[in-house]
This record gives sequence, structure tokens and C-alpha cells, in this order.
Amino acid sequence: MTYGAWIILTGVLVGVTCGITGALLVLRKMAMIADAISHTVLLGIVLAFLVTQSLNGLPMLIGAGAVGILTAILVQWLDSSGVQSGAAIGVVFTSLFALGVVMLSFIGDGVHLDVEHALMGEIAYVPWDTWTYAGINLGPKAVWMLGGVFILNLTIILLFFKEFKVSTFDPQLAASLGIPILFLHYLLMGMVSFSTVASFDSVGAILVVAMLIVPGATAYLLTDHFGWMIALSAIIGALASIIGYGFAVWLDVSIAGSMAVSCGLLFTLAFFLSPKHGVVSKWWKRKSFRKSMATS
Amino acid sequence: MNALTVKNISVTYDKQPALEQVNFSVPQGSLTGIIGPNGAGKSTLIKAVLQLIPKSSGEVSVYENPLKRERNRIGYVPQRSEVDWDFPTNALDVVLMGRYGHIGMFKRIKKKDKQLAADCLAKVGMDSFADRQISQLSGGQQQRVFLARALSQNADIYFMDEPFAGVDAATEKAMIKLLQEWKEEGKTVLVVHHDLQTVRSYFDHCLLLNKTPIAFGPTDRTFTYDNLQKAYGGALSILAQESSFLGRGG
Repeated sequence: MTYGAWIILTGVLVGVTCGITGALLVLRKMAMIADAISHTVLLGIVLAFLVTQSLNGLPMLIGAGAVGILTAILVQWLDSSGVQSGAAIGVVFTSLFALGVVMLSFIGDGVHLDVEHALMGEIAYVPWDTWTYAGINLGPKAVWMLGGVFILNLTIILLFFKEFKVSTFDPQLAASLGIPILFLHYLLMGMVSFSTVASFDSVGAILVVAMLIVPGATAYLLTDHFGWMIALSAIIGALASIIGYGFAVWLDVSIAGSMAVSCGLLFTLAFFLSPKHGVVSKWWKRKSFRKSMATS
Repeated sequence: MNALTVKNISVTYDKQPALEQVNFSVPQGSLTGIIGPNGAGKSTLIKAVLQLIPKSSGEVSVYENPLKRERNRIGYVPQRSEVDWDFPTNALDVVLMGRYGHIGMFKRIKKKDKQLAADCLAKVGMDSFADRQISQLSGGQQQRVFLARALSQNADIYFMDEPFAGVDAATEKAMIKLLQEWKEEGKTVLVVHHDLQTVRSYFDHCLLLNKTPIAFGPTDRTFTYDNLQKAYGGALSILAQESSFLGRGG
């Protein structure tokens, strides 16, 4: 595969992985917690590195998953003990992220892990960081990690499809049916953590939030069907990555940056032009309604 | 036989008692109104009984078994305002959610579940709205969808939290007719209710509540001026002046 093809594949995998997970976050009105987790997982990555002395995929996923869930638990706990919920997220998010930054300084210079890298990522380097097994080059590590997390998240969503649906729409009914809503909540937090870690190398902590939230918010404007919204969110995420790569090559700008900008562009298009919920169609419906009132 | 037995339930919110020492047993095949002023803990009681919120003490048994073992015999209709009606789904899908407990985890929805959900929608006169996005339904229609969902649960005991709030008169009439049919089929129904005017005509049993039960039993014995005075305190005199809900005229 060519250099460009690997980057596009990485971007598309970030788009679909974050897309399916983010659709659930948007419906659960938890966009802010994604922002928090995308930063605090840095602590998990650093801890995993300090323990294993390597940047291997699995320990990083475990570390990030644990800190991601810890973030969600701490936010929930502060929230229920009377701290305003926005402030609760802010406190936990910044403290754990800062702890990660401080601990990062224990790690030597020779290691490919620093704050700028964590925040911004660099998808342009992804194709060079390959995985070699028994002398065979198996392609970029990031692609394997993203592919693995995508399959994991997709499996979880398909396995608990009904349960995610009912516990998002009507958590009280879900609980009365005996559905473990708390387990599902933390499972989703784990999925967000995994998606973030897998996307870290390529887009970093700041732009991963765009990939998590914007495709979901766009899909929300385009469909009235739960399953379709998740699928559409993935398609929009993938599309934004491809369009973004095109822009980046054309204008010679940051690849991850233009991917996130493309997400914003697609959202803007949907916001104005969505056939059902778009600003234009709503305006048109009001206008034709007034006209029909006037003539009758 | 008692369908539901509640023993010593207490609930505390932020160190303030929300419910204290609630005890009652509901006979099978009864239609009970849970009545009390705002903040009396009516919704809290239902949620505590169904274990949706933590209680500081108390026990609940359903047909003499712990509630956990009888979940599929319980139907719950939360307040309409507690769910997100902009959620991307249609009326039939919401009714199908009532089947999830019976279908079970990791299992797919079968054709017969869809058929049953469609039949339930038809029973509440909503069959032509099956594909309608739920945000495009009126308040009364949304409540009918909730009722159809409760029907699809095919439960033996139903808990309904203010099912008549914000619905039109025709819907309320159709709903109470359905609840009375359930009762005749031997189902047990508990309803959090606000309108004192209709208590006598709707319910055969009453639970008057104000943090702690004031009275429980057949409506004609419990729904009395004295008990209402105890439950509502000063607020009652204003209500009583304008209405004849106690059947005393005037």
C-alpha cells in the first residue's frame, strides 16, 4: 500500500471507531465527558508505560480504559455529592490530565511520547511506525490498534444494541426491566477510552473529541432511526477523514486538522440542509404553512 | 392474595427524609390511587419499590417473592417528561422496548414480538402512528404509546407515574377504561394521581401519602375529609371549597 493509502485507512478507522461510539455519547448528552476522558487517558498511557517500559498496544488500552472509567466514576461521585456537574467534569479532567503531564516528565527523552504528541498526534508519521512479526512487515501499528478497537466497539454495540437503546431513551424503564444500566454506562466509558487511545497517535487528544462528537451530532440531524444514526455517524466520520486528507494534500496543511475541519463542514451542511431537521427545510415548512393558512 | 407487600421502606435524599416507614399490602386485582401533595414522595415510593433508587431500609415482595425474581411480572410507566422524546425512534419501537425483559439479553427481537407490539398499539388506537417519529406525537399520543408499551410487557402488576398528566380528556377516558379492564383480568395497578376530583370514580383502593402513609385501603374508607386534611394540611381547604370530590356536595 502507498503512504497516502495508509494515512487514509488510518483516518477512516479513526472516523468509524469514534463515529459509532460518539453516536451513543451524543444521544446520552455526554459530549463533555468525552472531552474529559480524551485527556485523562494520557495518565493511563503514562502509567502503562512506567509499568511495562514499552508503548505496546494492550497495556496502553488497559491503562487508558482504567483511567477513563475512573474519570467517569469520579465525575459521577463529585456530581452526586453536590458539586455542579460542569465543575465536576472540569476538576477531574484537568487534575488527572495534569497528573499525566507531570508523570510524563519521568519518562526519558528517547521515548516517542510527549505532551505535544499526545495533544495533537501526527498522522503523517503513522505509516512509518510499523509492526514487524517474524520478519514480515505487517503495516502500521496504529492501523492494527484502531482495527482491533473498532471490532471490539462494534461487537459491544451489536451485543448490547437493545440494551443501549432502551437505557439511553428511558433509563428508568431499563432499570425496571433488570437491564444493568450502570454496567452499560461504564462499558461505554471504556469504549470511549479505547477509541481515544487508539486514535492518539494519529489525531491526538484534542481532535479526537471532534471525531467523537461531530459525526454523531451530524447523524442526529439526518435520521430518526437509532441504528441508522450509529451507521451514519460512522460513514460521516470516514467521509470527513477522506475529505480532510484531500484538503491537506491540496493545501499542504495539517492532515488531522483538516480532518476535524471537514467534520465541522459536514455538520454545517447538515445543520442547514438536512431534509427533516435542517434550518432551511424548517424555514420552508413554516413559510408554506403560513401560505396555506393565508389562502384557506 | 397480596400482589405486592411493602415493608418499612425509608428513603433519604441529601440527609432529608423523603419517605419514612412506609408499610402497605396491595391485594391482587385492585386499582390503587397513590394520592398526596407535591413533594409527598409519591414518585419516590414507586422508584424505591422498583429498586430504581437506593432506599435506606425496607423490603418489597411481589407475589411473596423478592422483586428481583419477578421482574417480568412488573410493568412500569415513568412520567412522560422523564424521557427524551427527541430520541431517534418511532412509536412501534418504543412499544417493543416493553418486550426487552421477556426477550432477554443477547437475543434478537422476533417477529412475534413485533406483531405483539403492533397489536398493543392498535389496542390504544395508535396503529396508524406506528412509523411516526416520537417527537411528532402529541402529549396524549405519547402517553398512549407508553400505555401500549406497558401492555406489551404483559405484566401482572403495573406502576404508573402520573399517566394522566398533560393528556386530553378523550385519552384519559380511554386510558382509565383500559386500566379497569386490566383490573377485571386480575391485574394489579398502582397509579400516582393528582386530580382529587376523579379519585372516587377511578380507584377502588387509595394510598394517602405524605412522606409516610396516612391511610391505605378501600377508597370509600380512606378517601375521607379527615385523612385528606392530614395528608394535605392547609392546602386542602382551598381545594375543598371549590370542589365536590368528597361526594358531600357543594
